[in-house]
Amino acid sequence: MSGHLLTLGELGTDGISELLSLTDRFVEVGRRPIPKVPALRGRTVATLFFEESTRTRLAFETAAKRLSADVLNFSAASSSLAKGESLRDTFETVQAMGIHAAVVRHRSAGVPAQIARWADDGVAIVNGGDGWHAHPTQGLQDAYTLWRHFRPAPDSEPGAELDDQPTLAGRRIAIVGDIVHSRVARSDIEAYTALDASIVLVAPPTLLPAQPREWIDCWLPPDAAKRVEISHSLDDVLDDLDVVGLLRCQRERMIDGLIGSVPEYVARYGLTAERAQRLAPDAVITHPGPMNRGIEIAGDTIEDLAAEDRLLVTRQVTYGVAVRMAVLFRLIGSGTALGADDRG
Amino acid sequence: MADRERRMTPPYGGVFVARTTILDSSGIHRALTRISHEIIERNEGLDNVVVVGLQTGGVQVALRIVRLLFEIDGTDVPFGTLDVVMHRDDIGLRPVMAEAVTDIPFELDGMTVVLVDDVLFTGRTIRAALDALNDFGRPRAVQLAVVIDRGHRELPIRPDFIGKNLPTSRDEMVDVTLEGVLLGEMRK
Repeated sequence: MSGHLLTLGELGTDGISELLSLTDRFVEVGRRPIPKVPALRGRTVATLFFEESTRTRLAFETAAKRLSADVLNFSAASSSLAKGESLRDTFETVQAMGIHAAVVRHRSAGVPAQIARWADDGVAIVNGGDGWHAHPTQGLQDAYTLWRHFRPAPDSEPGAELDDQPTLAGRRIAIVGDIVHSRVARSDIEAYTALDASIVLVAPPTLLPAQPREWIDCWLPPDAAKRVEISHSLDDVLDDLDVVGLLRCQRERMIDGLIGSVPEYVARYGLTAERAQRLAPDAVITHPGPMNRGIEIAGDTIEDLAAEDRLLVTRQVTYGVAVRMAVLFRLIGSGTALGADDRG
Repeated sequence: MADRERRMTPPYGGVFVARTTILDSSGIHRALTRISHEIIERNEGLDNVVVVGLQTGGVQVALRIVRLLFEIDGTDVPFGTLDVVMHRDDIGLRPVMAEAVTDIPFELDGMTVVLVDDVLFTGRTIRAALDALNDFGRPRAVQLAVVIDRGHRELPIRPDFIGKNLPTSRDEMVDVTLEGVLLGEMRK
């Protein structure tokens, strides 16, 4: 019955919208005096993190526990991988313990997809981030944060019909920073375009794929690709943005020679106080964290935007748990394949 | 709403074919008016009484009861909705619907909760609802109001307020709206 979640592209607009709607339900569960439901009682979720992670692992673990699933934690550093066991043997050992889902993170792109091929029927694989390829639950969490922020009635009345389905349609979202090395950027692009937003990628040529236009056109469906623009200057695009999605600037990139220096990066791509002033007064900021104060965004600007409730970083984290509850529930709790439009 | 829930629940894809009308809209109205009086009588007023409608079929009924309680007693009883899908013992067989919202915007500790559903059948939904309510607090008492009690209980659960007892066979289907109650079956 269950499928896998490897990329957002394969979910399509319907699958993504369905998960966002479902996330609403789990946000509500998170606000209960006892924020736990027995929905996945008796199911076991393994977190197979071959690459270190704190936030994503904690979010998945919290999500699984709030659904009453049991969690098996696996970390590469302390495993038999260190003794030379193959990836396949490692996975099959964990699978033989009797799991229903595995969250896989690996520094190489494609590992979750490969593990999904080895998985028994009824074991769902969730991509927890692979190389530069995809980080679908982060993309969903960012999309949900914006989807909820922009919808007409954030908290519906009891019994109210949600006819006016909230939407990102027509919103203009900048994704700023190290696009080429970022799986978060790729999953955000898939999520936002599927929800009919338009995107402008803002980065120096060294932090974009070599042929950015061709890359977009080959990767995304045509109607999504035409809503993605590319710019090398944040100043050029600042005025009509609804969202500034900042990516983490990794200092290693400097050593690689892809950016000259931090001051140079800040001068062209940092969200400085002056640039924040030029933004539309209701434009909001996202960041997958952890933020480098003074690089992607100026320290004072963080405080100013937070005071105006325009910095959505904390909400991204809160909703991250609910999004992962929705994913786990949908894959191993609801008994129907993800993205299947007809239950009949 | 209830119709949609049924279409998404096994056996899938059937069409409800009505055979008999059990109650018409005025019959429903009379039944709910009587239930409302009984709620007030049982609780000697409406102090600390709250009404929680079960998604999806119980919500419209519960809203009507809240309105009737106001008309009879002048008290605006707190109203909430509860979707028990995540507490069910047959989880996976029922869809989670985005529009079936759980919303209990008040404290349950020390309150008397009147759970409202359209049809009482096996009792498993009510069992799940009692579990779910525990996560919100510790009510002083929980009472159950249903429009139709159709029998076939699989758990020791009994309603406090009943619109109508309706003997049915297991494969029949009862459809409750505020316009009436129909008895029929699902056909492919």
